[in-house]
Amino acid sequence: MIRVVLPAHLRTLAKISSEVKIDVPGLVTQRTVLDALEAVYPMLRGTIRDQVTFERRPFVRFFACEQDLSHDPMDALLPEAVASGAEPFLIVGAIAGGAGGFACRTMA
Amino acid sequence: MSGARVLVGTRKGAFILTADAKREKWDVSGPHFGGWEIYHLKGSPVDPNRLYASQSSGWAGQVIQRSHDAGKTWEPVGNKFVYDGIPGTHQWYDGTPHPWEFKRVWHLEPSLTDLDTVYAGVEDAALFRSADGGKNWAELSGLRKHGSGPRWQPGAGGMCLHTIILDPEDPKRIYIAISAAGAFRSDDAGETWKPINKGLYSQIIPEPRAEVGHCVHHVAMHKSRPGVLFMQKHWDVMRTDDSGENWREVSGNLPTDFGFAIDVHAHEPETIYVVPIKSDSEHYPPEGKLRVYRSRTGGDEWEPLTKGLPQSDCYVNVLRDAMAVDSLDSCGVYFGTTGGQVYASADAGDSWAPIVRDLPAVLSVEVQTLS
Repeated sequence: MIRVVLPAHLRTLAKISSEVKIDVPGLVTQRTVLDALEAVYPMLRGTIRDQVTFERRPFVRFFACEQDLSHDPMDALLPEAVASGAEPFLIVGAIAGGAGGFACRTMA
Repeated sequence: MSGARVLVGTRKGAFILTADAKREKWDVSGPHFGGWEIYHLKGSPVDPNRLYASQSSGWAGQVIQRSHDAGKTWEPVGNKFVYDGIPGTHQWYDGTPHPWEFKRVWHLEPSLTDLDTVYAGVEDAALFRSADGGKNWAELSGLRKHGSGPRWQPGAGGMCLHTIILDPEDPKRIYIAISAAGAFRSDDAGETWKPINKGLYSQIIPEPRAEVGHCVHHVAMHKSRPGVLFMQKHWDVMRTDDSGENWREVSGNLPTDFGFAIDVHAHEPETIYVVPIKSDSEHYPPEGKLRVYRSRTGGDEWEPLTKGLPQSDCYVNVLRDAMAVDSLDSCGVYFGTTGGQVYASADAGDSWAPIVRDLPAVLSVEVQTLS
């Protein structure tokens, strides 16, 4: 089982309180983990990656085993510790995200 | 029980405020979707228990929520907003071409007649429709493709489609407004569109009387007279009596004709409300006095409404979708501020009281009249 930790907003959206464990058949990559995650929690579609291009959203980052995997190819294998379930795959909201919408809304 | 249900979208969640017809004691429910920006939520005229909410964040993007029990419970529905075909470009702030990119849903407008049909106005400006209660969305791309799209440009708040008005007498007629492109009308249920901006004058664009490019902030209509529209433009309050073919200014004696919100009394189609804001660079009321202005003559002649509103040191803004009216016997008027207050008047604006004072910044206010 692959362990996935979501940021607080997405845990609320998916109605989960802690990390999730999901089955990922075959190779364990960013793409296959997110495919499996979205299959179990369809409300997360579009919130982590674009639904058409599958590109990571700009203010979302991927960490695991104390490494920043955000810019790795989506089909690259994740660390063995993630594939074995020893370490979680962390989906993290970037520190700077989120301010733009309100700033814009207040303007003409 | 007759009464009113006020749906409030804020920077950090949604709130639902409910009262009986006296509108004196309010029950406050929320925050729903705490921590998320709720640009808009609105109930279906077909079934008041059916609500839709636009939930978004800079991190996680757009989510659409739906409730079938007046907001007690919610379920995420479809959030896949994909432009039809190759989106092309609009103007960027500096006039250069910029590709169309979906950012968020500003406004949700449920159908007047079908429970599962709902329209979404989005940034970058486009109109989408769902016929299955928000699960799937398809663009009404005739608007974006009608020809002037490459000349549209974002206002300072982004290039948003923020106003959707469905004609209660003609199911094929739809009005929309975009900042900064202007107002548009469809007479064939959204297949084709025409700009309706004749009479608008905007000094902030190269051609002040151009067909498109005007920064329209909001448009309102009374359901009994769907050919009469009132507009709060960037500067200027305008009206049309011929379904948008021609507009004329009705700013009259307003202390400033800049503002965002505008609405029409539920029972008096010539009574309209605006909240004057000092200027496009100073987004707060003139003189620090929060005043709603009411015209009982369809514009031109305005009176300040101040009873119960702060008349000193008030520097909040009232955003474009943050004013609404109920249709109880004595028309209720409501508006929310960026300071987190929601003010209500149960006597058509003569007196005001805050329902709540300390919400996050209010982005939108809608009202459902309960019978």
